[in-house]
Amino acid sequence: MSFNNNLDQLYRSVIMDHYKKPRNKGSLDGDSVTIDMNNPTCGDRIHLTLKINDGIVEDAKFDGEGCSISMSSASMMTEVIKGKKLEEALELAQIFSNMMLGEDYSDKYDLGDVEALQGVSKFPARIKCATLAWKAMEKGVNEQR
Amino acid sequence: MNEIRKQFPVLNQEVNGHPLVYLDSAATSQKPIQVLEAVKSYYELDNSNVHRGVHTLGNRATDSYEGAREKIRKFINAKSTKEIIYTRGTTTSLNTVAGAYGRMNVKEGDEIVISYMEHHSNLIPWQQLAKEKGAVLKYFDLEQDGTITLETVRNTITDKTKIVAITMASNVLGTINPIKEIAEIAHEAGAVIVVDAAQAAPHMAIDVQDLDVDFLGFSGHKMCGPTGIGVLYGKQALLEDMEPIEFGGEMIDFVDLYDSTWKELPWKFEGGTPNIAGAIGLGAAIDFLTEIGLDKIAEHEHSLVEYAIQEMDKIEGVSIYGPRDPQKRCGLITFNIDGVHPHDLATVLDMNGIAVRAGHHCAQPLMKWLQCTATARASFYMYNTKEDVDRLVEGLRIAKEYFNDVF
Repeated sequence: MSFNNNLDQLYRSVIMDHYKKPRNKGSLDGDSVTIDMNNPTCGDRIHLTLKINDGIVEDAKFDGEGCSISMSSASMMTEVIKGKKLEEALELAQIFSNMMLGEDYSDKYDLGDVEALQGVSKFPARIKCATLAWKAMEKGVNEQR
Repeated sequence: MNEIRKQFPVLNQEVNGHPLVYLDSAATSQKPIQVLEAVKSYYELDNSNVHRGVHTLGNRATDSYEGAREKIRKFINAKSTKEIIYTRGTTTSLNTVAGAYGRMNVKEGDEIVISYMEHHSNLIPWQQLAKEKGAVLKYFDLEQDGTITLETVRNTITDKTKIVAITMASNVLGTINPIKEIAEIAHEAGAVIVVDAAQAAPHMAIDVQDLDVDFLGFSGHKMCGPTGIGVLYGKQALLEDMEPIEFGGEMIDFVDLYDSTWKELPWKFEGGTPNIAGAIGLGAAIDFLTEIGLDKIAEHEHSLVEYAIQEMDKIEGVSIYGPRDPQKRCGLITFNIDGVHPHDLATVLDMNGIAVRAGHHCAQPLMKWLQCTATARASFYMYNTKEDVDRLVEGLRIAKEYFNDVF
């Protein structure tokens, strides 16, 4: 079916894998930074907790409700920012934003599974789904700087 | 109905390589040539401000603008055009009632009663009014099938109730509420009834005198008219006692340095240059709907909904919300498919040329009641066909297969 080819650009199997088996699902307790964010136009929501020590994101977990794009993006984001310095985490958020806008982005970091979300840029209605978790992370990190 | 479909130019196109199936009319309807022509002709031939020109174009514009008001009066069988106020849409209509009538008549300890199935535009104005006045906001409970019983209505409305605000047809559940009966119970308790007719006016005949409602609002864009134009109906005696909430040009009688007086109804509520083209377009939409006949439109939609429910029921994992009886609901179906998030579903359908709505439908408290964060919605209008339903059902099968089997 021709139409599945288009869909396949969006729904890579790695995305569906993160959706069905999310990494870092849950909530950190103790002195973690907590960010709650939602997408008022569609009802997606994320509850993100970050453990930040000495300017480094030591751990990250998320909880939430939403579509395959928003939840897989959250799962991938938590994987990629673990162990990163705050500045690096913010840089990654910028790289992701560029990727969503279909612009060139820096290859400074190994984005891992995140690269699979590239196809979202071709679906304008779904970009906000993908960026929700990253916006939450950006907010949490900025509060700690 | 195939002849009718041809009068909607927008429907004649391909989307993502497939003929467009537009199933989002509850969000906004498409516009027939008659409406597009009326707006175009106004701008090309008569464009002028209303109620102030001595010149010919000004007179023509005023005649068309006020002529549309008379069409609206007839459409809902109001007693007088004094009771027909142009607004920006249902949201403005309901906010005007809350701001002008509500502020004046609701006091601390009074009750305002609404329902769980209200759109945010018939919920937040009352919630904020209750907060401001220290009034109590109460909700009619819903039955399992998403309907409201008259017993619930009788038990919820008390002699402290000042306002009952309710939708005539739910934009999520599709439920058609017994407005006439609720109005009677509200009046017995000394309350007024405010009706959100945004989803009703496009699809069923409304007679405000027979229903005996005090206020009723609807939007032009959901009934084949342009965006940015809507209507507030109010009983003349109530409107006479209300103060305007927008001040400026068009709505004044005399202006002095320290005080002013207002124009008579309906103009005292229409400050500023109005949406003239919108009003004229709405008038053309009403002509269009009346010519087809609201009863015929309702009948067509009931048959589509009945067929769609029957076909969707055959797909395992599909849950349909709201009443099962097609006669108890308007022309929309809100649903979910196990294992497919509504946004993902909407994307798959869009890639197949099918437009549906996905999300919370501006009804977050209702989503809570349904225990879901989002749903998908297919909504029908007179230009939809049985083939559209078949395409939707095929799309649902594809989506289900894609998400449940491919991965």
